[in-house]
Amino acid sequence: MEFLRSLLLQRKAVFGAILLAGFVLMALFAPQIAPGDPTRFVGRQNQPPSAEHWFGTTGQGQDVFAQLVRGSRISLMIGFTVGFLITLLGLAIGMTAGFLGGIADGLLNVLTNVFLIIPALPLLITLASFLPPGITTVTFVLTITSWAWPARVFRSQTLSLREKDFVAASAISGESTFRIIFSEILPNMMSLVVSSFFGNVIYAIAADVGLAFLGFENVTTVSWGTMLYWAQNNSALLQGAWWTFVPPGLCVALVAFATTMLIYAVDEVTNPRLKTEKEISVAMKKFRIPARRATPVIRELAE
Amino acid sequence: MALLDVRDLRVEYLTHRGPVKAVDGVSFTLNPGEVVGLAGESGSGKSTVAHAILRILRPPAVITGGRASFAGRDTLEMSDDELRRFRWQSISIVFQSAMNSLNPVMRVRDQLLDVMQEQGIRKSQALSRARKLFEMVGIDPSRLEAYPHELSGGMRQRVVIAISLALSPDMLIMDEPTTALDVLVQKDILQQIAVLREKLGFAILFITHDLSLLVEFSTRILIMYAGLIVEQAPAYELFKNPLHPYTVGLMNSFPSISGEKRRLSGIPGSPPDLLTPPPGCPFHPRCPKAMAMCSYAVPVPKAVLPKHLVACHLY
Amino acid sequence: MKYVLRHLGLYLLAIWVSLTLNFVLPRTMPGDPVSALIGRMHGRFSPAQIEALRKAYGFTNAPLVEQYLQYLGHAVRGDFGLSISAYPVKVSAIISTALMWTVLLGVITLLLSFVLGTILGVIVAWRRGGILDSVLPSLFNFIGSFPYFFLAMLALFIFGFTLDWFPMSHAYSDLLSPGPTWEFIGSVVVHLIMPAGTVILISVGGWLIGMRSTMIAVLAEDYIIMAEAKGLPQWQVMFNYAMRNAILPNFTQFGMSIGFILGGQILTEIVFSYPGLGFYLVRAVTAHDYPLMQALFLMITVAILAANLIVDMLYVRLDPRVRTT
Repeated sequence: MEFLRSLLLQRKAVFGAILLAGFVLMALFAPQIAPGDPTRFVGRQNQPPSAEHWFGTTGQGQDVFAQLVRGSRISLMIGFTVGFLITLLGLAIGMTAGFLGGIADGLLNVLTNVFLIIPALPLLITLASFLPPGITTVTFVLTITSWAWPARVFRSQTLSLREKDFVAASAISGESTFRIIFSEILPNMMSLVVSSFFGNVIYAIAADVGLAFLGFENVTTVSWGTMLYWAQNNSALLQGAWWTFVPPGLCVALVAFATTMLIYAVDEVTNPRLKTEKEISVAMKKFRIPARRATPVIRELAE
Repeated sequence: MALLDVRDLRVEYLTHRGPVKAVDGVSFTLNPGEVVGLAGESGSGKSTVAHAILRILRPPAVITGGRASFAGRDTLEMSDDELRRFRWQSISIVFQSAMNSLNPVMRVRDQLLDVMQEQGIRKSQALSRARKLFEMVGIDPSRLEAYPHELSGGMRQRVVIAISLALSPDMLIMDEPTTALDVLVQKDILQQIAVLREKLGFAILFITHDLSLLVEFSTRILIMYAGLIVEQAPAYELFKNPLHPYTVGLMNSFPSISGEKRRLSGIPGSPPDLLTPPPGCPFHPRCPKAMAMCSYAVPVPKAVLPKHLVACHLY
Repeated sequence: MKYVLRHLGLYLLAIWVSLTLNFVLPRTMPGDPVSALIGRMHGRFSPAQIEALRKAYGFTNAPLVEQYLQYLGHAVRGDFGLSISAYPVKVSAIISTALMWTVLLGVITLLLSFVLGTILGVIVAWRRGGILDSVLPSLFNFIGSFPYFFLAMLALFIFGFTLDWFPMSHAYSDLLSPGPTWEFIGSVVVHLIMPAGTVILISVGGWLIGMRSTMIAVLAEDYIIMAEAKGLPQWQVMFNYAMRNAILPNFTQFGMSIGFILGGQILTEIVFSYPGLGFYLVRAVTAHDYPLMQALFLMITVAILAANLIVDMLYVRLDPRVRTT
């Protein structure tokens, strides 16, 4: 609770949360905001934004605004689901490796490093090309190509927490391994898990959009990524139809930006050094202390 | 004439919870060739005083008053440029943790050379001086090529001392130079420092929380508590005749190897929170001899005996 | 040295995994690529030729293990067979030119964004609380939120289509033929500006922010205070003492992101029709041209690992503490 309160005091967090919430609401109420089938033909192709079609029409005569709103559902859903799965898988593997140590750690570590090293997008493309296009495929391939980074992060955090005295104390007092992991180690990692989750969401949304853009997803469904695919395929750039690709791209960027703000806010609240840094700069601005290298001498401060 | 003359020095830390008076009016002098010991608990402000003289305190520290005159020049009035030229030539400093004071990615030799080359000394001359300095502090000159992590704790501290002597300063500030070392190495280093002082004649402001170190080592001792100097006296005089109740308490906290067995007594309570310091004498909540006036009047340092000053209402 | 060798072992393992993956995946699909090829050529092969083709592509009836070893043997020798979609062009011919363009674009973007981001990060951290410090990190944060290829599309639209300042596709003008002439080199440079520019713009922010935070952490260390107490000039403290330490974590970060940036370059190459490995990979995958796909995937992986190895070797030179481990 204390955590939430100090989080909300950060301007960044409020800004990011509101923006993100806006998009989530848009996705949840999409059918109400833009009713009807977003793929239906509504007018002439490549019409610029007008009163009738707020964001104009696509190269196939569909309403861009409707597609944007309805497409947000899939893009955000994939983003959050995959982000969650990546975090979960990374946590499972990373914590197991970090806690058990020894051979298990060695093997899991090698596995993690190999997955880290092999480039993600080429692997994604290769895998996606062999599987039928669809949401399950995307979720599956994104998850198994991206769990390595969080696994590495969680492993090193588990390693350092394992050495701490309070864990040794629990072990001595006879707590089972299971309990130690869940009631001692995990709670101390929560802020890391939260920021990792948000980071993974951003990555998932971007990777999904990238895959769709390349045509490896079901291009008949409407999502921000497929909108970009069609824009590219219909030579929107050569036709000058910027309204067919700018809105979806901008949405992805705004969601990513809002989530990044949230991550920064979480970091600032939980990282003690960042906290003191901030407090110092706030104090210095309050008393108007110049940031010079040598210690300033301000005699007026003494009453 | 005094080498260093500190008058009414005041330093505040501007924390987000409010200003903290870390140093609240400290005055003392240091004469050429003297060793002045500055003793006190953690948080008493002793390191802050030393760092303030060189103006190397980090934000949110601000110096809010006083004078620190070295050979007639007030460091608190110097510009950044003047300070830069002044530092290390006149006063150098040895920090507590040698490992942390050395740049981990630079060879030790380069860290010794750069300060000399900054003064215009040619590289070849600087190198031979570096070798001489190493010999003086008791390290084989071949170790000049090493990186800090390749040296032992004791050696690193010697390296830092060598660096501090590079420009033959008139004064050395030593901020708990032996606290991070084990006891045997401590003694070695202290002996080394004493020998060097004999040879080169520099003055030392020796900061420590360990009073016992100051006994044989220092000429005079200053006792600090909560940002104030509560007692000042020549070393032997202080040990024979501690006047301030805090000093008495400190003396009684140390066991002595020789002499009769006696009960160790600490000082009850803990140092004050400087954000909201107690009114009057800062020590009065813990003082066994506190009187009524101690809780509202701040005691001023008075010369009770020649060269022996105390800030206490008992006198 | 042990540091580099350990990493080298990992890289070799990763290459082996990619090779194996590329062997296994096509064989999990129904049918085989040779049938696909025959289909494309409208059955103009004799049974003997078909058998020879099958052998050439490794889809024989031999036991899987034998096929695998044969495949590995060929791969190590750089023999990837003939492309299916561009039959009968050799795969190695296609990937060698593609490799060149990818490496050119990749190296330029990696180096420029890292160097620029690092220098900016140092400046911003040194002048904390200054104007640059309050503006640049947030600005680059926002820019960095955009997907690479989206910014590429935007740049293409604004600078290529609308303003017609830069060419919109390919690595060099279609009117020229490759050769060591100034005209050719100039054309290459002009064609690089947008693809490289967009990636650099998005990546610089990451390095800037990373360098800034490591600098801030380093500037709080005691050896910086000591350096200042020694009376050294500001620039010496900033570079020799602060930056040389702050750059180390960023350097390892740089190594880890090489894979991400080079792998993600696929998208940039598609937007700009830049004839690199990624561009051909997407086309090969769509055409189910397995030999070409395998080779391209392998090449991308090898390029990334080679870059990583170089970074590892450089790191050993920068940080003396890993030399003794």
